[in-house]
Amino acid sequence: MYRVARLSRAQPTSAFVRRTLATHTSNEKGTFTADGKQVVTMIPGDGIGPEISRSVKQIFEADKVPIVWEDVNVTPVLKNGKTAIPDDALHSINRNKVALKGPLETPIGKGHVSLNLTLRRTFDLFANVRPCKSIIGYKTPFDNVDTVLIRENTEGEYSGIEHTVVDGVVQSIKLITEDASRRVSEYAFEYARSIGRKNVTIVHKANIQKQADGLFLATAMDVAKNYPDITVQDALLDRVCLQIVQDPTDFSDTVMVMPNLYGDILSDLGAGLIGGLGLTPSGNIGRKASIFESVHGTAPDIAGKDLANPTALLLSSVMMLRHMKLEAHADRIQKAVLKTIADGQHRTGDLGGKATNTAFTQAVIRNL
Amino acid sequence: MNRAVSRQIPAASRSFATATQIPGAANLNGNVYAGRHTVTLIPGDGVGMEMAGSVKAIFKAAHVPVEFETFDLSSYNPATDANKLKEAMDSIKRNKVALKGILHTPVNRLGHISLNVGMRKELDIYASLSLIRNMDGKWATRQQNVDIAMIRENTEGEYSGLEHTPVPGVVESLKVVTREKTERIARFAFDFALKNGRKKVTCIHKANIMKLGDGLFLKVCRDIAKEYESSGIKFEDMIVDNASMQLVSRPSQFDVIVCGNLYGNILSNIGAALIGGPGIVPGANIGKNYAVFEPGCRHVGKAIQGSNTANPTALLLSSIHMLRSLELDDHASRISNALHKVLAEGRVLTPDLEGKSSTTDFTLEVIANL
Repeated sequence: MYRVARLSRAQPTSAFVRRTLATHTSNEKGTFTADGKQVVTMIPGDGIGPEISRSVKQIFEADKVPIVWEDVNVTPVLKNGKTAIPDDALHSINRNKVALKGPLETPIGKGHVSLNLTLRRTFDLFANVRPCKSIIGYKTPFDNVDTVLIRENTEGEYSGIEHTVVDGVVQSIKLITEDASRRVSEYAFEYARSIGRKNVTIVHKANIQKQADGLFLATAMDVAKNYPDITVQDALLDRVCLQIVQDPTDFSDTVMVMPNLYGDILSDLGAGLIGGLGLTPSGNIGRKASIFESVHGTAPDIAGKDLANPTALLLSSVMMLRHMKLEAHADRIQKAVLKTIADGQHRTGDLGGKATNTAFTQAVIRNL
Repeated sequence: MNRAVSRQIPAASRSFATATQIPGAANLNGNVYAGRHTVTLIPGDGVGMEMAGSVKAIFKAAHVPVEFETFDLSSYNPATDANKLKEAMDSIKRNKVALKGILHTPVNRLGHISLNVGMRKELDIYASLSLIRNMDGKWATRQQNVDIAMIRENTEGEYSGLEHTPVPGVVESLKVVTREKTERIARFAFDFALKNGRKKVTCIHKANIMKLGDGLFLKVCRDIAKEYESSGIKFEDMIVDNASMQLVSRPSQFDVIVCGNLYGNILSNIGAALIGGPGIVPGANIGKNYAVFEPGCRHVGKAIQGSNTANPTALLLSSIHMLRSLELDDHASRISNALHKVLAEGRVLTPDLEGKSSTTDFTLEVIANL
């Protein structure tokens, strides 16, 4: 199997950790309580984060999802003079292997490490899965969008390797390795299988970046050989951008896989097609853990006012449930969320309605 | 003889009949003998030949005093065309002005580098301008009120072509950003805005991640913006992923966009898709000494090659801009009016605009309306 299961032996370093270890059992699949529920790390986040995570918890409880939440805070602390994610949070995610994350505020100022980047590096989150599906009840100029995009999450243009050669001349290095390309391609084919799509499209610019994207393309094509039940094709980035806007339904039967930057842009493009980041789920799959998150901002202007739309985080939690093989719960919750939006009486402000977060959440619970 | 063509110009929209001023393009003193300009023509691959044929036919019917030096370069035969490429480049250097289709670039690692990119670097035609506008016409478009001038740096950035494999399985590709080239493209963007009454220039970047590279690009754009502040041109910046999202949901917020090579590629494709496709987007590559006019959304169109269904509008609009740069405004306006009339009428349109007519039919219809 492509995924290497790693045993994590959490070293108790704090009372909190010791206490939980007394009642939960950790193995390579995660942490489980004595009565068989899985422990999932919850990172509520900043701004509207706490409100929308509360919605998720309420809905999960109403559907009796066999999950126990472990809340952690990822606000950076000073450790040896450098900012770092608190140990509690790291250990929690390491143990539980699955986490749900709300929006994080990016601290301004020098010396602050990007939290998302740190999480990515710590848990080796190599693939970012971004499905974009039109939400019935929220009309955009683009109908019937149903795209799935898998983005390489660790290297490429975001390697952070830059330097000033001479004053006024800067080089940014885009790094492509066979290993990372192979890992993400394998995940893409596995994912395609798991959701029943029979085709994978490799998006690249290997005509211009012959070695870099060329390596990515060649590796992905090589991986394709191991999946004879799935057809594979490649497409130039420009053509994909053109086609996906001209007719998004062209991509309804395929899973797209691509390097970091293209994935970043195309996934946001997809979100734009269906109505914005407030409706888009996202999953980060890693060797050591998987973190599902909402990709919108913290919306400080509506924080604390019970106006936030929890849809993005809910859909991400549905992705998480599928990842945990809790398909029945995933289906029910997804149906309930989409039905609530389609029905129209309880839409939050960003969807053109007047409902509060609480009202929306209650409506979803009723629709379960 | 010249028929007086009167066209109602809609008050609210700026139409192509009112000439877009391209900075620097009018200062080209190319090859002119007895009032006839000599221009290099490279039809390109895919549908290039058909589109070029259409332009030539319309030019002839409109009695345009332009002579074409044609070079049938094809990217599919690079070895045999090595000499032809040199001839074509020398021709452009003589004539200063060229009209060009798109040359195919092979994906194969052992294939040659992009001839398009190579040409742009050698001629140092650093500013790529694509005009993305909703036109009068009945074909379905996803968005309305789109009027964007996409200005993209053409010679460095991600297309530097500098790559190496330190060990097998690991590749480094260099993206180079220089202050000098960024300054040039920023100035071009602001000069364009100034000359054409545009109100806002948006810089597209990813400086939050590529802090040095795109950070430099953004900083230089900001500095240049200050020089144009008194003229009332606003400057803002946007991260490229957000820009893609905004472009499909609210494109009317964009006016002039300035960006690096790759982002320009992505955004011009998204923009083209919003207004009806690459068949109607004109473009120009402007440098200090040369101007090469080519379709703004660069696709070869191999799939429809030879089927006589290509839309020549993109190349035709680009050639109209070329005529204006050669100070042949009367001819430019005549052809422009005819073209826009045919597009607006909607009776004779190529398949990409939901029509059923062939390239030839469309060309003849434009000629009939001259």
